[in-house]
Amino acid sequence: MGMKLIVLVVIVLAVIAVAQLMRVYELSSKLKGHKEEDIDLKTNNINAGLMLVFLAFFFGSLIYMLAKYGNGMLPEAASEHGVSVDNLFLLNWVIVFAVFFACNFLLFYFAYKYSYHPDRKAYYFPHDNKLELIWTIVPAVALAFIITFGLITWVKITGAASDDAVVVEIYAKQFDFTARYSGEDNKLGYADYKLVNGDNPLGVITQEFIDGRVVEIDELIKGNQAKLNDVDSSRGILSAASEIKYQAEIEKMGRIKERIISMKATMGDSAYSIANDDFTAKTMLFLIKDQEYQFIFRSQDVIHSAYFPHFRAQMNCVPGMRTKLKFKPIFTTAEMRERTGNKDFNFILLCNKICGKSHSQMNMPVWVGTADEFKAWKEASAKMVVGGDEEEEVEEGAEEIVENVEVLEPQH
Amino acid sequence: MSAAAAHDHGHHHKESFITKYIFSQDHKMIGKQFLVTAIVMAVVAVLLSVLFRIQLGWPGESNSALSFFLGDTWAPDGVLDRGMYLGLVTIHGTIMVFFVLTGGLSGTFSNLLIPLQIGARDMASGLLNMISYWLFFISSVIMLYSLFVETGPAGGGWTIYPPLSIYEEATPSSGLGMTLWLTSMTIFIASSLLGSLNYIVTVLNLRTKGMKMTRLPLTIWAFFVTAVIGVLSFPVLVSAVVLMLMDRTMGTSFYVNDTIVGSEILEQSGGSPILFEHLFWFLGHPEVYIVLLPALGLTSEIVSTNSRKPIFGYKAMILSILAIAFLSFIVWGHHMFITGMNPFLGGVFVFTTLLIAIPSAVKVFNYITTLWKGNIKYTPAMLFSVGLVSSFITGGITGVILADSALDIAVHDTYFVVAHFHVVMGLSAIFGMFAGVYHWFPKMYGKMMNAKLGMVHFWLTLVSAYGVFFPMHFVGIGGAPRRYYDYSVYESFDTNQLEMIIDLNEIISVFAIIGALAQAIFIFNFFYSIRRGQRAPQNPWLGNTLEWTTPVDHMHGNWPGEIPTVHRWPYDYSKPGMEEDYCPQNVPLMEGEEEEH
Repeated sequence: MGMKLIVLVVIVLAVIAVAQLMRVYELSSKLKGHKEEDIDLKTNNINAGLMLVFLAFFFGSLIYMLAKYGNGMLPEAASEHGVSVDNLFLLNWVIVFAVFFACNFLLFYFAYKYSYHPDRKAYYFPHDNKLELIWTIVPAVALAFIITFGLITWVKITGAASDDAVVVEIYAKQFDFTARYSGEDNKLGYADYKLVNGDNPLGVITQEFIDGRVVEIDELIKGNQAKLNDVDSSRGILSAASEIKYQAEIEKMGRIKERIISMKATMGDSAYSIANDDFTAKTMLFLIKDQEYQFIFRSQDVIHSAYFPHFRAQMNCVPGMRTKLKFKPIFTTAEMRERTGNKDFNFILLCNKICGKSHSQMNMPVWVGTADEFKAWKEASAKMVVGGDEEEEVEEGAEEIVENVEVLEPQH
Repeated sequence: MSAAAAHDHGHHHKESFITKYIFSQDHKMIGKQFLVTAIVMAVVAVLLSVLFRIQLGWPGESNSALSFFLGDTWAPDGVLDRGMYLGLVTIHGTIMVFFVLTGGLSGTFSNLLIPLQIGARDMASGLLNMISYWLFFISSVIMLYSLFVETGPAGGGWTIYPPLSIYEEATPSSGLGMTLWLTSMTIFIASSLLGSLNYIVTVLNLRTKGMKMTRLPLTIWAFFVTAVIGVLSFPVLVSAVVLMLMDRTMGTSFYVNDTIVGSEILEQSGGSPILFEHLFWFLGHPEVYIVLLPALGLTSEIVSTNSRKPIFGYKAMILSILAIAFLSFIVWGHHMFITGMNPFLGGVFVFTTLLIAIPSAVKVFNYITTLWKGNIKYTPAMLFSVGLVSSFITGGITGVILADSALDIAVHDTYFVVAHFHVVMGLSAIFGMFAGVYHWFPKMYGKMMNAKLGMVHFWLTLVSAYGVFFPMHFVGIGGAPRRYYDYSVYESFDTNQLEMIIDLNEIISVFAIIGALAQAIFIFNFFYSIRRGQRAPQNPWLGNTLEWTTPVDHMHGNWPGEIPTVHRWPYDYSKPGMEEDYCPQNVPLMEGEEEEH
């Protein structure tokens, strides 16, 4: 507190001191007959000159930063469509830089060149239809180019995935991602948020999960019922509020149970088995080079965004919605390390939509390897959605690859 | 009340302090009230930005400024709390966009200049105008108050996307802080709508004799169109906000579907968070132009006056304003390319968004041509106008990249976006606002601001503004997501980039602090000049518009005697055949003279 007071006093004194200095300045300029609205020629010229100085500084700093950080920006695209995105960037940058340099140059140069001179009169030039037509049409043509190439690339990115694409779900919640691979049938088992619990973090629909969840809800209801009885027996000050709370909770869980049961009634038997070959991974998203992926995104709680900067790909994960995006990695992690000259380089999946306090810590390492490496990794690290606790035999020779991958796995 | 009676009223009635300075219905006083309130809000918003820039520039380091302002609760051991970081970012954005650049900019200059420049005694409704200010004041107070609640201010970003902003279980700041945010914004919008309706009616109905729409200064065109945009788009934000309040308090599910927050499973089903985004951006994008157009209007006037040349392409400028306003309503989807929106729809938004570049380019070229062969006087207002044109160019062209959905997917929500909108909207609008204050200060207070201090203020601001936002583009192209507390995650995947981000973030923060300190020069100059500034002459910049025909000392009804009649457009500067290099709008055409435009 004392510190704050001292700081405040110092600021107040400083303001008073400056005000007194200003007063001296004002009085002396009054003596000289100086008028604030008249900018004298010298001052005007200084400002005009500064326009040029600034222009040089402005362009110079851009060029300096391009030279210094041009390579520090994102490494080359590591996905098939990413290459087209980078090319499109290039086309856009050429136009953007041309306009930037030309317009800023003209602006600051004219600002310098046509600064006030008492002997000159400004040129009365209110309009010129021809000129105005030119600078309507020229940007229009440039934009037509940008729009055309942009949309061609956009269609490429958002078009339907090929039949070979492997389906993988990215499930987001505060503050982590889980990947669910669709397994051999290449189909993701159905999921519903009402089934989410400790055993079934993604809410996947199977017979067992439904039954288990119903039992769990029954227990929750029982627990609340017991608490309600306790409240009844010991009528305290808060009892009325607690009673309402527990009662509401009981009713709510009852309704959710009803919904789960009615959902069960509408599912065909075959629907339950789709999830049987699904498996999940939480520590890492493993992708195979040159394999196209169809990603499905879901969120449990708030909007997240799955951002793969190196693959030039991004899609929001929206609660209550399934969004999708496809891409095909074209370099393995090892290749990318070579290309970037950075032996510690890794691909990453970042959360890129504000999602709460730990937003900046929500991410998932991404690894791109070969099909064999994937198989080995799967057997070592992946967890089956259904019956995931059972130990599975590790194929011979796979262990070594797994170890390799694990060594390379980023430390968290 | 007839005009003459209003005039008499001004002369003979001695006002009390309360009716003159507090509950004033005089448009000039209300304009000044908006300005001073906005300055206070801006100081707060800048301070908040400095605080979070300290964290970004020197992540995790203990800093006494943080403990000084935030105390142990929000900056234990001088290190910024993660939740408060998001709160600072959110409130900085909200205050700047709405309270400074919407309420402050439109509120100040529309109020001050519309009656003065169209030749009216006052606004169409002085009472609504007064209510508009006081609602603005109340909403400002509530927004500031929200900084002091125990669970922190709203921290879901100024775009308050649900469900994050609906449920306290999702983030503590979505409790009381968010309720206050929503309340404040609802009141703010009411203020803005009352103001806008008043501006529209005044411009349409109260123009003086001879003031055809095609003789209006570009300032008025900009304010008028801005008000129309506001009236059409702000109500959509009100509905978005009210629906959210209902989701929060009544268990409705407009924006919620199959969601679990914290460990709470919600029953709400059938809504969509994306619906909110559509509603929000239906205002949110036009809002960019609500912020920008007044700044463009002000500087068109200032550039022309100080270049001693007519603004080039007056009609093209008007058409550009109208085109921008129209297009601004059909581009909102470019904020949502990656929400899972139908890609075809995305394509349509790419097209409409990039079309906006055409009228914007026309405006830029017209500004530059106005400077060409001018006779430029560098008043502080003129300096800031040049700054505006530069930031409008520099920020505008990066918009071309973001509007291209195929590129947006790679840089969406990164610092590239932050850099883009700060330059094109933040800097341009704030430069326009500074220009406006320096230029019309004599009209507001009857005093002159110190020009030399203004110049120092400009150069420091320009250099530090670009010092902040230029490097930010690089951080963004590097893929750094916005609203990150720190970038330690980069250690796990790309140390080279981490180095660049750390380097640049430090530079950005240093410039941010210099830039913030430079604003003290302005604040000092402003308040000092109100008290001690040199007395202003009636027409200090030798301008053509009607406000310079009013007496220096304010009076109700603006003109003693008759309101001047308008005979010409406002841009007869250096017209051949004239002795002076300006010719006010109320001067009749000379014999044989043709009206130009």
